[in-house]
Amino acid sequence: MHENGERIPLTIADYDRKAGTLTMIFQEVGKSTLEMATMKVGDEFKTIVGPLGHPTEVENFGTIICVGGGVGIAPVYPIARELKEAGNHVISIIGARTKDLLLWEDKMRAVSDELIVTTDDGSYGRKDLVTVPLKEILETRKVAKIWAIGPAIMMKFVSATTEPFKVPTIVSLNTIMIDGTGMCGGCRVLMEDGAKFVCVDGPEFDAHKVDWNNLLSRMTFYRDQEQAATARWKESHKCNLDRAVAEGVK
Amino acid sequence: MAELSKKDRMKIPRQDMPVQEPDARVRNFTEVALGFSKEMAQLEAQRCLQCKDASCMEGCPVEVPIPDFVGAVRDGDMAKAVQIMKSKNNLPAICGRVCPQEVQCESRCILGKKGEAVAIGRIERFVGDYELANKTYAVKKGAPTGKKVAVVGTGPAGLTCAVDMGIYGHDVTMFESLHTPGGVLVYGIPEFRLPKAVIGAEIENAANALGIKINSSHIVGRTLFIDELLSEYDAVFLGTGAGLPMFSPIPGINLNGVMSANEFLTRVNLMKGYLFPEFDTPVWVGKKVAVIGAGNVAMDSARCAARLQSLGMGNGGPGSEVHIVYRRSSEEVPARREEVHHAQEEGVIFDFLTNPIEILGDGKGGISAMRCIKMELGEPDQSGRRRPVPIEGSEFDMEVDQVVFALGTNPNPIVFVNAEGLERKRQGTVVANQETGRTTLKGVWAGGDVVTGAATVISAMGAGKRAAADMNEYLKGKTAW
Repeated sequence: MHENGERIPLTIADYDRKAGTLTMIFQEVGKSTLEMATMKVGDEFKTIVGPLGHPTEVENFGTIICVGGGVGIAPVYPIARELKEAGNHVISIIGARTKDLLLWEDKMRAVSDELIVTTDDGSYGRKDLVTVPLKEILETRKVAKIWAIGPAIMMKFVSATTEPFKVPTIVSLNTIMIDGTGMCGGCRVLMEDGAKFVCVDGPEFDAHKVDWNNLLSRMTFYRDQEQAATARWKESHKCNLDRAVAEGVK
Repeated sequence: MAELSKKDRMKIPRQDMPVQEPDARVRNFTEVALGFSKEMAQLEAQRCLQCKDASCMEGCPVEVPIPDFVGAVRDGDMAKAVQIMKSKNNLPAICGRVCPQEVQCESRCILGKKGEAVAIGRIERFVGDYELANKTYAVKKGAPTGKKVAVVGTGPAGLTCAVDMGIYGHDVTMFESLHTPGGVLVYGIPEFRLPKAVIGAEIENAANALGIKINSSHIVGRTLFIDELLSEYDAVFLGTGAGLPMFSPIPGINLNGVMSANEFLTRVNLMKGYLFPEFDTPVWVGKKVAVIGAGNVAMDSARCAARLQSLGMGNGGPGSEVHIVYRRSSEEVPARREEVHHAQEEGVIFDFLTNPIEILGDGKGGISAMRCIKMELGEPDQSGRRRPVPIEGSEFDMEVDQVVFALGTNPNPIVFVNAEGLERKRQGTVVANQETGRTTLKGVWAGGDVVTGAATVISAMGAGKRAAADMNEYLKGKTAW
């Protein structure tokens, strides 16, 4: 974002070649995303580079399922759209922790033949994890391929759900990266056939070959620093109301 | 300075360069070697015998007229020294700091046969720094040729090629994958060895004088392609380096705390992780760090780790240790002598004839130890060095919580997407003519680590220079492809 900023990987959720725009959806989870949320129209990033990694392979597979969890709904949307255009019967399952965190339901509905919505707390749609309707479908219908994008833990359980049915399942991984060009290897993921770099070999991988526990463990490596940076940011950007209240007490 | 007799000159000892004391410098990232004063540079320059057939020049990959510039320094004519230097080398402040002079120019110095060689590198650095401070020399763009040249990669090979092509009068555009130009000079070499301000100034001065455009955040092979460049430019130079890190094929390399030197150094240097949280990129250091390998990158990693520990980052703090773990002996260490010396002064421990065979987990995702085996030296191998052979039954566990692999790098394969006809060798290096840099794809030259695999800054600069000369001949129609 600026001279002191870090490099973070974000997925392109949509684009408009004519307007020259990219759409990216991010959740405020750490210092950089909190800071991005303060940007106003006309503000600039110091630099943006992409698209990186390999594009999704799209063809007519038959019936496919797109699973999106939380902000993972945004990047699964263009995949569902392209698959639909290629003639697939698209079943989408989108889920969020709670109703307020559910996004792009309408957009997903527009590109899906069937849409199932879940929330963890039951505040909207089915009160379930996305894996429950997923399993129901797999038990009764023939599915050619599955895409799943969401938090790593969700993708791990999607993978475990689909594996017994032997349905090819693609996940889009978002590990810790620095350069995004294949230079550092910080993003590496253990696959059955050795370590792969998510930035240049991915981001899509065969879910059934991923060492999920190693992936989840590696995602936590910088958690202490991330939390410290987030706390420091929040401390220096207390909202004006908080500040006014604090000053009023004095 | 008064003219001294040859005998008197021989009596002058090789001048040491002032450095920050180890106790102090291990707690900061500012430059270790502080450079010669004018007096020291002149005194050291007096030692040069001004040989007629100066063999030192044969040791220089870019053929700097060494006795001439040293003579100018001796006479106190620094502007002339700069002019002589820049006739061959446009980045003296960088080379003076990072060249392995002891195996190049200084290794050929006649004085070294009986005593100590002239400190050519230190005088070179003085000249480079003098120029950065005084700006006596303006490189001039040649008469425009109307030819467009793309230089991919802004490291030492690319920069040298771009500058020479600018001087020849071509219209040069550079492409850099990261957000800042400089390549390995910026992401790999730490601030305490090569300050970013020096690199920035050298690049900016040259680019401004020659009208070189630098496009950062352009990744060839991802956001633009070699075939696209060929359709838009009259010639393309690939100086994309060797960016792909190598890991040992041993169990445990995906544990938390195991990383490539590229990752560790990029976090520290390019992203300034040592200033976290002022800078946003975190970096972590262990209590007991093992750096695998003994090249310059290993020394840089070890010395960065020692500093982060002294600053109390990660698991650092009192009682921390950094080890260099190397499978050969001290004789074969490939790093610059000065870096090894500085690392030792900073408390880095060297474990020679030791090779890791497994990294053991702590059950919580991190590292508890590294299992190693002792080695002994056998018969010479292809490199001419005695081959290390494991000693059976000598396995032992070394308690560590961080392992940094500095085993060398290969070219990044993404560069070569959409580059049909560009041949590469098995390790991924580009096939190129050693003299001209021509590749097997018409219109594409290559030089530096992308051709040789990980090597030195100056050899990359030499390759950039030779390629530029041939590209110029070709573009002016003097040679056919």
